[in-house]
Amino acid sequence: MDKITNRLAALALAGAIGLTGVAAPAFAQNEQFIPILSYRTGAYAPNGIPFANGMSDYYRLINNRDGGINGVKIAFEECETGYATDKGVECYERLKAKGPTGAAFFNPLSTGITFALTEKAPIDKIPIITMGYGRSESRNGAVFTWNFPLLGTYWTAANIAMQHIAKEMGGFDKLKGKKIALVFHDSPYGKEPIPMLTEMSKAHGFELVLLPVTHPGVEQKSQWLQIRQQRPDYTLLWGWGVMNSTSVKEAAAVNYPRDKMVGVWWSGAEPDVLPAGDQSTGYKALMLQHGSGKFPVHADITKHALGKDGSQSKPDDIDDVLYNRGMVNAMLGVEAIRTAQKRFGNKPLTGEQIRWGLENLDLSAARIKELGFEGALKPLKISCGDHEGTRSGRVHQWTGKEWKVISDWYEGDDKLLVPMVRDTSAKYAEEKKITARDCSKES
Amino acid sequence: MAFFLEVLIGGLLTGVLYSLVALGFVLIFKASGVFNFAQGAMVLMAGLALVQLFEPTYIGLWHFVGVGALSAAVVGLLVLRTVRGGTFAAAKGDWRIHLPKIVAVGAGLLGGVLALAGGAKGWPLWLAIPAAIAVMVAVAWVVERWVLRPLVNQEGIILFMATLGVTFFIDGFSQTLFGSNVYPLNIGLSKDPMFLLEGVFEGGILVNKLDISGGVIAGVLVAGLAVFFQKTRIGRALRAVADDHAAAQSVGIPLNWIWFIVWSVAGVVALVAAIVWGSKLGIQFSLTFLALKALPVLILGGFTSVPGAIVGGLLIGAGEKVAEVYFPVVTKFLTGTAMPGGVEYWFAYVLALLFLLFRPQGLFGERIIERV
Repeated sequence: MDKITNRLAALALAGAIGLTGVAAPAFAQNEQFIPILSYRTGAYAPNGIPFANGMSDYYRLINNRDGGINGVKIAFEECETGYATDKGVECYERLKAKGPTGAAFFNPLSTGITFALTEKAPIDKIPIITMGYGRSESRNGAVFTWNFPLLGTYWTAANIAMQHIAKEMGGFDKLKGKKIALVFHDSPYGKEPIPMLTEMSKAHGFELVLLPVTHPGVEQKSQWLQIRQQRPDYTLLWGWGVMNSTSVKEAAAVNYPRDKMVGVWWSGAEPDVLPAGDQSTGYKALMLQHGSGKFPVHADITKHALGKDGSQSKPDDIDDVLYNRGMVNAMLGVEAIRTAQKRFGNKPLTGEQIRWGLENLDLSAARIKELGFEGALKPLKISCGDHEGTRSGRVHQWTGKEWKVISDWYEGDDKLLVPMVRDTSAKYAEEKKITARDCSKES
Repeated sequence: MAFFLEVLIGGLLTGVLYSLVALGFVLIFKASGVFNFAQGAMVLMAGLALVQLFEPTYIGLWHFVGVGALSAAVVGLLVLRTVRGGTFAAAKGDWRIHLPKIVAVGAGLLGGVLALAGGAKGWPLWLAIPAAIAVMVAVAWVVERWVLRPLVNQEGIILFMATLGVTFFIDGFSQTLFGSNVYPLNIGLSKDPMFLLEGVFEGGILVNKLDISGGVIAGVLVAGLAVFFQKTRIGRALRAVADDHAAAQSVGIPLNWIWFIVWSVAGVVALVAAIVWGSKLGIQFSLTFLALKALPVLILGGFTSVPGAIVGGLLIGAGEKVAEVYFPVVTKFLTGTAMPGGVEYWFAYVLALLFLLFRPQGLFGERIIERV
């Protein structure tokens, strides 16, 4: 028995040494390192997997089709966070200095991890891209120099969701005296829309009912019994992972109409509706501009990325909402690097240089078409004072088989958003003793 | 009043489902003194095995074939052991010493071929459920042979730590093997809502049919376990082992075999829990969190009592749902501001701890009296 144990121990040791050798690839000097914080295991994996696939496939595409970004190959590495803040920070610490110039930027894909990294990014000088999530006030780049909530914040999302509800009801004046429930993941993520919804409830006279759901969200009976009792006119869903499909099932269990539910754009993908089967039909959710389906870049993805260099995607899944989102997210990062290269040269860049690229990112309709994202994105322009870049969204509805776009474009209402962002970011700057940049002097 | 009743009944029915998971803990603790933290992971494993066999379209054909082969091999070995009078033993040099290997490989191949013939359609439920049980029996054998047996006579805490290791292994390995998606399980249990006492209360009291089915299944399971423990020879042996390991061994009860049996029974309980919870939520990683829901049930009901697990489940289920719904009302009454809920996770433990203050052994737990 002892001999066997010793042999097993020796084998394990040899394996560990071998794995270490594999896990530490040597970086070429002309490579730009991009970390991917992903979650392919755990309660949030059904949503984390397609996003990570879309992201990594886009980097594969750039390497295989174009030979990198202007000749600079992308070296990327995934780190499993399991959507846990502590693991996310651990991944950040492990990967921030990798590659010849350190990490280009981080996409935490978790508001909790974003909150933690917001404190670290200015010290390490690495930008944090939080496309469609993160701290809503970080739109103000004068205070949040290193945060980039591209395409939309939760305040924008809440505002757009209420615009859609108002439209369905026949105008904002019809909201008076009505009841809107918010079923939310009891975490920094889920709580983000509350300030905007509270402001709007005061402005338009509707009652806001707050119903938190504890992680991971598989037990929601009490919340939905309250919905049955209180009968809100509409219910907003701010969930993630298995919480979303559970909400849809529980809504069906209390006979709450699915077409009176509007999910945020993180509650509007295939893994959120498919597990609930027919019960999901009619459910609506916001779109972070793009939806499901293919656009021109998918042909290149199929040709240059699928089945290559460890791609884990299945051909049938590459038109899913979250796969597309991962791809859009990766593309914006790549274009920021390209923008920075125009100023600093076609070589691996530091996080600080890429931050400049992000802040000067300007994607015109023509460029979006050239990149193969036509129809999925509207033009966007980032600036020192606006790290969000655009505030547009639509609504799609699950037909039982596919997502169907059911609305025109909505624009986040800056009359409400600007003062909220200004006041909250000023408060943050005061707390953290940050001197806001003078954006008129930035170039 | 109607709303309170609705919350209460909903909580009680959810509590029954918590009991299903807690039962697995109780069985193993009673028979071996091991607090098996891996019970939640076993629920996941059982559910994944079942969904593989029943609806393999979600996953690859080769996974299906693998699970089919494994379950057939287990059944073959169990049949062989029964035919040979409860043992695999044979004299050195006797060809029958190789019989288990031959049977396992032969039955495994047969199961693999059967699975392949079934192809993407999967097996019918009457075949898929016994096959999933066979997979759980295989898990029980692995745990007994490779985890418990080497640690026999160690402290309880060591065994508990070992089950923690088993938990993480099963959690991770099942996801590596089967993926991390949510696999809907539809075995025909109705998920429609139904309304009671519509004549008495406006809108009636809403109850979900799936929760009712879960309650009935739990009841049948408990009755079955009671018969198994009280009326069968193995059940009596299990009770003997639970009372005193050494004494049971001294009268010829084979401890390893008993442990294997009890882990297998816990595997069956895990499968039942997986069927009910899986029909409700889909088979998915979050089923492992059910272990955390079972803990307050056990604290409250006692670690060694089957009725305790049931009553504990009912109290925890009803308590946490009522607390979640009325927490904002109570905080508004006390402080003038309604605090949002989100309290049910920790409230279950508060409730359990309160009971613990008055009955440290739990409601139905055995009082340990040690004389010095």
